[in-house]
Amino acid sequence: MPARARPTSPHLGIYRWQIGNSLSILHRLTGIALAFGLLALCYWLVSLAGGDESYAEAAKFFASPVGLVGLVGWTFAFLYHLLNGVRHLFWDAGYGFERTPRHASGWFAVLGSIALTLCIWGSIWAGHRS
Amino acid sequence: MSLRSPLGRVLGLGSAKDGTAHWWAQRVSAVALIPLTLWFVFSLWTLPALDYATVRAWLSFPLSGFLAVLLVAVSAYHSSLGTTEVIEDYVHSAGMRVLCLLSLQFLHVLAGGAGIFAILRVAFGS
Repeated sequence: MPARARPTSPHLGIYRWQIGNSLSILHRLTGIALAFGLLALCYWLVSLAGGDESYAEAAKFFASPVGLVGLVGWTFAFLYHLLNGVRHLFWDAGYGFERTPRHASGWFAVLGSIALTLCIWGSIWAGHRS
Repeated sequence: MSLRSPLGRVLGLGSAKDGTAHWWAQRVSAVALIPLTLWFVFSLWTLPALDYATVRAWLSFPLSGFLAVLLVAVSAYHSSLGTTEVIEDYVHSAGMRVLCLLSLQFLHVLAGGAGIFAILRVAFGS
């Protein structure tokens, strides 16, 4: 055993929070949320195959307050994971590592996913009212 | 002097024994999901209504059913790869880790299988 504990890689306690690590954490969180979204999607499909009554039951759940929060949340999670995922793919190909494009694309992913979520649910709400 | 064998180098094997296979599978499924998820969201968004008859008619259309099967299959695969990574990062005790990984794999196959079977039931009208 070494006399002193060996230094470890950046721990959250001493790590300065910035856009890079926040977006990375958000990517993982939205990914986990989407895993639950996949369960909801499969439940919806099974209810559709089950017939009129089971579909009505599922539709009632998704139209409930809890269901709606889930749907709006999954819409945002999907859009953010998509936009930030494309950002990751560009990095994998070796592009966009410089400070300016890295930060710009990060803000684009955050603001873009919020704006698109509002667009989609705004149009659904408007259609529902008319 | 390198301790890596030529065979290991050719197979891309690192210390984790499976080289870049997990990483690469995650990227390939990610790329495939871009058009599939966009198609799905756009289709639902543009359907005139989301009632039983409309959704069933839409999913009975061969191309919709086919793409929906691909969507569920690739999503379940990508989700399984991603959540596996999360467990490997945060669950450190060996027994708990195996239990979590096993449950995740079973859950993904169950959910994905049920989803795909449901689409086929709608498509073939049973």
